[in-house]
Amino acid sequence: MVTVNTQFKQAEACGVAEYVADRHFEGQLEGRFYRSSCSRGVIDDVQLPTFPPGYHLFSASDVPGKNELPIVENDWPAFADKEVRYIGQVVYLLVGPDPEVLEDLIKQIKITYISSTPAFTISQSQAMKDGPICGSDNQFDHHELIKGDIDKGFAEAVTIIEDSCSTSYQEHLYLETQGVIGYPKEGKIVIEGSMQCPWYVHHCMSHVLGHDKVRAIQCTTGGGFGGKEDFPDVLAGPLAVAVEHLQLPIRLIFNRTEDIAFTSKRHPVEFNYRTGVDKDGKIVAMDLKLDINSGGYFSLSGIVLQRSLTTCTNVYDIPNVRVSGTAWATNTVPNGAFRGFGAPQTCFAIETHLSHVAKETGQDPAAFKQAHFLTSQSKTLTGAEIYGDMVLDQMMTRADELSDYHEKVKSYAAQVQMSDDKFGKRRGIGLAVFQHGCGFAGDLEDILVKAKVAIVKDPQGNVEILASNTDIGQGLSLTFCKIVAETLDIPLDRVHQARPDTDKVPDSGPTVASRSILIVGYLLENAAKELKENWIEGVEQRFEQVYKKPDYHHWDQQTYQGNAYQATSYGINVVEIELDLVTCQSEILGLWAVYDVGHAIDALVFQGQIDGGLVQAIGYGSSEKLELNEQGTFAQKSMADYVIPTSLDVPKIVSSLVENPYEFGPQGAKGGGELTHNGGAAAYVAAVESAIGVNISSIPVTPELISELLYGCENGDESGGKNED
Amino acid sequence: MKIDFTLNGQARSLNVDPLQPLLTTLRDVIGLKATKEGCGEGECGACSAIVNGKLVNTCLFPIAQVDGAQVLTLEGLRETPRGRCLIDALLTAKGVQCGFCTPGMVLALYQVLVNSPDVTQITEHEIRVGISGNLCRCTGYGMIVDAVNIAIEQGEGLW
Repeated sequence: MVTVNTQFKQAEACGVAEYVADRHFEGQLEGRFYRSSCSRGVIDDVQLPTFPPGYHLFSASDVPGKNELPIVENDWPAFADKEVRYIGQVVYLLVGPDPEVLEDLIKQIKITYISSTPAFTISQSQAMKDGPICGSDNQFDHHELIKGDIDKGFAEAVTIIEDSCSTSYQEHLYLETQGVIGYPKEGKIVIEGSMQCPWYVHHCMSHVLGHDKVRAIQCTTGGGFGGKEDFPDVLAGPLAVAVEHLQLPIRLIFNRTEDIAFTSKRHPVEFNYRTGVDKDGKIVAMDLKLDINSGGYFSLSGIVLQRSLTTCTNVYDIPNVRVSGTAWATNTVPNGAFRGFGAPQTCFAIETHLSHVAKETGQDPAAFKQAHFLTSQSKTLTGAEIYGDMVLDQMMTRADELSDYHEKVKSYAAQVQMSDDKFGKRRGIGLAVFQHGCGFAGDLEDILVKAKVAIVKDPQGNVEILASNTDIGQGLSLTFCKIVAETLDIPLDRVHQARPDTDKVPDSGPTVASRSILIVGYLLENAAKELKENWIEGVEQRFEQVYKKPDYHHWDQQTYQGNAYQATSYGINVVEIELDLVTCQSEILGLWAVYDVGHAIDALVFQGQIDGGLVQAIGYGSSEKLELNEQGTFAQKSMADYVIPTSLDVPKIVSSLVENPYEFGPQGAKGGGELTHNGGAAAYVAAVESAIGVNISSIPVTPELISELLYGCENGDESGGKNED
Repeated sequence: MKIDFTLNGQARSLNVDPLQPLLTTLRDVIGLKATKEGCGEGECGACSAIVNGKLVNTCLFPIAQVDGAQVLTLEGLRETPRGRCLIDALLTAKGVQCGFCTPGMVLALYQVLVNSPDVTQITEHEIRVGISGNLCRCTGYGMIVDAVNIAIEQGEGLW
């Protein structure tokens, strides 16, 4: 019954889809931000130039509502008022017809600051020079989670291994930069733009303006990856103020340099493990301390921290665990959501650490990990029963069949000694196992979001989906339509999703957290079932659904006990490389991926997530270096400096799915969009370790880092890695 | 400066700053918006157009160099049987995700096909070389590469 929808992505492919920069409103003005040049300080004196007629400046004093961006906590101001916490923080919004005049005015604004010593790194934040940036201790958030008895566990250990891993920043580098355009219409302030979460923008406008006569509409969006979850508020808050004052259309679009320099990034995290292994080679205790660099404002760091803590043991059943995590305030751009939301960091660290433990105790890393897999009978780190079946062993078998992992491990272990072949090439293969908790953390879907959807059938029998979830490239609009069409057993071209517009669609929550299919797709499936049972020819019908959590799902936010997520998806990645010992560059020879996402509603759409997520993760692990300079801004300023994989850097990915339908997901589906980013960096690092026989503890593993690890010691550099050969 | 060129088969005559990037001319002067700006510095390829048979980054390409040239953008290519075939192939392969790189990517794929003496012999590596100046952050490139073979299969005789 379902036919191919030829309209899916047709507009994008033909170049007729309108991204925000393609929108045009008669008489539209341009907006530009004036940003702080001080990383930590208080505004002392301001000198403004004379503005020509038609040019305007907006600041904190123009905000009619609250000068706050409502992102979890309301600590991030829309406009910096007195205090600035990072270079690039928005102080003013300038508006006028000619961008060149605006740039010129920006150059003439002079602000002097009374500055304090900034903190950019976690250790600088801990040192609290010149006092704390926030609170009494620079800690935005802190939690501890305990399973079993850590002291008893260590008492059983015969080997105790201490190990550190760290991850750096990652830039989303969506191909379309951040942008919004605002205008007054029918008594409301409307903002259209590149965004994942129109209702977030709606609430932000309403908070800043102090009234609810606002509306947010998603334009065709050129990629998000989490970068357009909370960040569009940073544009929309100030812009709403300007549009309301001037009652004219204004657009605010970042150029690439601005986007790389001043938008949120993936949180850098430092992990310190102490792991005890008993006489049988099993882990009996793990003590983990993890520290997250949050940047200047709290933003989403608390939820990233929660994911990092509650999933820190990944897919492993470890009897005694203590993990303590802290989110630290620093004077950098606030870090935010990025595909995986803490999990790529956590998965890299635990996978790399466990490989190190395995090698140290004379075991094969893959077999060691497999011996610790959670099973259907296990309890999770947070004390919950496993819901449904664990199929990790099946996935391991599949990954080995596809990649020939075990044979290659043997063959590469037998390569000639590096010292005998300094100008040659070495091969390596690495494997990583990972998971992703789907939906909002804990029971927030129930107590905070309470997603609502509706479907409307017109008299001709065409069905419209009303949901606030956005297609940002992940193919959601097709998947949603397929869920509804297949449930109703009607042709796909009779179902379409309405544009996410807060005047038209209910709040089904944000497009984040691998929740769109699991949570919202399931509501749509139920709405479609209801329509099917009550279908009346020739009349308009509307059915609504509101989220209700499954009976098995329990969560205690105080103790972090229960189901940390409603459902969990799983994956295995294998990476094979050939490394040139002279240049230290590696060529990726093979990429394999196996997943349990319950069921893939559209196999090709999900393959798009597999391919894109894994390549983004390979970039994270290998080439995407983003580091702070002495001023606390990013040293990499353009696409020429920040290197993402090109078509020549990766081969075709071979992937496979293990069917494992989930009862409370549409057609048995769980989430999958973020999962695909969680394992690639760890697998890449394992492959490099396998090639060079040296332990690695941080990403990205650039050729420069490999060179330092291999040859740094010879040059008397103590920072070189420990050579196991 | 007066610039005469052929855009998507139509003669154009403009009086513009000779250093104006072709991208600005296309989007802001002429109003053809299929060509996208991704970085403004010649790295990402979202602004690709074909000038005298060569794929160029229009964000760096001064309009003066277009004088007397043939320019092809997606607006022109999509009206041709080959362009239609390639777009359909890319959609069949599900090689379009967010779509922002797609206009440039379609032109890059088109170059791979039209520059090949025998399309049946095109290798995966040649396709990857052909699109290596066009960054895509969504797809991981695999399904974009697949589109070439689908186009060859579906567009029998066209190439």
